[in-house]
Amino acid sequence: MKATIKFTIFNHSIKLSGAAINSWLIVVAISIFIILVNRKIKKVKAGETPGTLVSIMEFFVEKVEDLVRNTMGDNRVYFAPYIATLLIFLVFANLLGLLGLETPTSNYSVTLALAMITFVMIHFSGIRSAGVKKYLKGFAKPTAVMLPINLISEIATPISMSFRLFGNMLSGTVIIALIFSVLNSISIITVPIIGPFINLYFDVFVGLVQTFIFSMLTMVFISNKMNIN
Amino acid sequence: MDGISSEAFVLGCSAIGAGIAVLAAAGPGLGQGYAAGKAAEAVAKQPEAKSDVIQTMILGQAVAETSGIYGLIIAILLLIVRPLMQAL
Repeated sequence: MKATIKFTIFNHSIKLSGAAINSWLIVVAISIFIILVNRKIKKVKAGETPGTLVSIMEFFVEKVEDLVRNTMGDNRVYFAPYIATLLIFLVFANLLGLLGLETPTSNYSVTLALAMITFVMIHFSGIRSAGVKKYLKGFAKPTAVMLPINLISEIATPISMSFRLFGNMLSGTVIIALIFSVLNSISIITVPIIGPFINLYFDVFVGLVQTFIFSMLTMVFISNKMNIN
Repeated sequence: MDGISSEAFVLGCSAIGAGIAVLAAAGPGLGQGYAAGKAAEAVAKQPEAKSDVIQTMILGQAVAETSGIYGLIIAILLLIVRPLMQAL
């Protein structure tokens, strides 16, 4: 279900695409959830066991910090908040197809924006950790002839990351629509019997694997660039 | 005899191109199956490293899948966005 909003301001007509509206919906839902968890955390006194929601959130934070420690090293735990945000946003965005809405990540602008954030983070962290001279020399690392190849591989990183997420999400929605129309034309009774398994693989499994892949690749590229000295 | 109109010709050739582009999905299928076989061997040799092996395998397969996704992107571009029609 694609939703668009058109409105006119000062004689310019603006059309908001479905990706923007659904992204705002996700942000509002996550914000309400965060405010709820914050209120529960403030009520916990030291020495007594917290309730289930706080325990689940503690488990999540510990797991993300362990993941960042194992992938990037012990001294780089300060990347953990960004990785946790990326994970939560991508999990909600990719699973929005289960509610019948259009996923924001099946719009190439959204995935390109996320990949560009990673690209800026990679080079900014590289410059900040090694200094500008070592960072620039790192492009000519094995021999000076490798300079154009290294530059191309730097540009290929955000392009491949954005295309991977976009292609998987878009093909998931297209294939689900096609299979449901095939099932409907065979007989209407097969739709509730076979349909949920199709949704289980193409929506849930592919969505979760792709969020994990995106976060892991972000962490691996950043730590590779920072280790280059 | 009337020839074929140029719009129909461009659309037909776009369809043929889209079909050939999806042939690029053969590569990742072979490669990822081979990698999964190697991962099964590694788990059989050392069952306590199972979660590390699975994590590495999923990561490697998702990176190798990208070339198959490129073929799908070209096919979807040719069929739905139809860029060659604007060049007419």
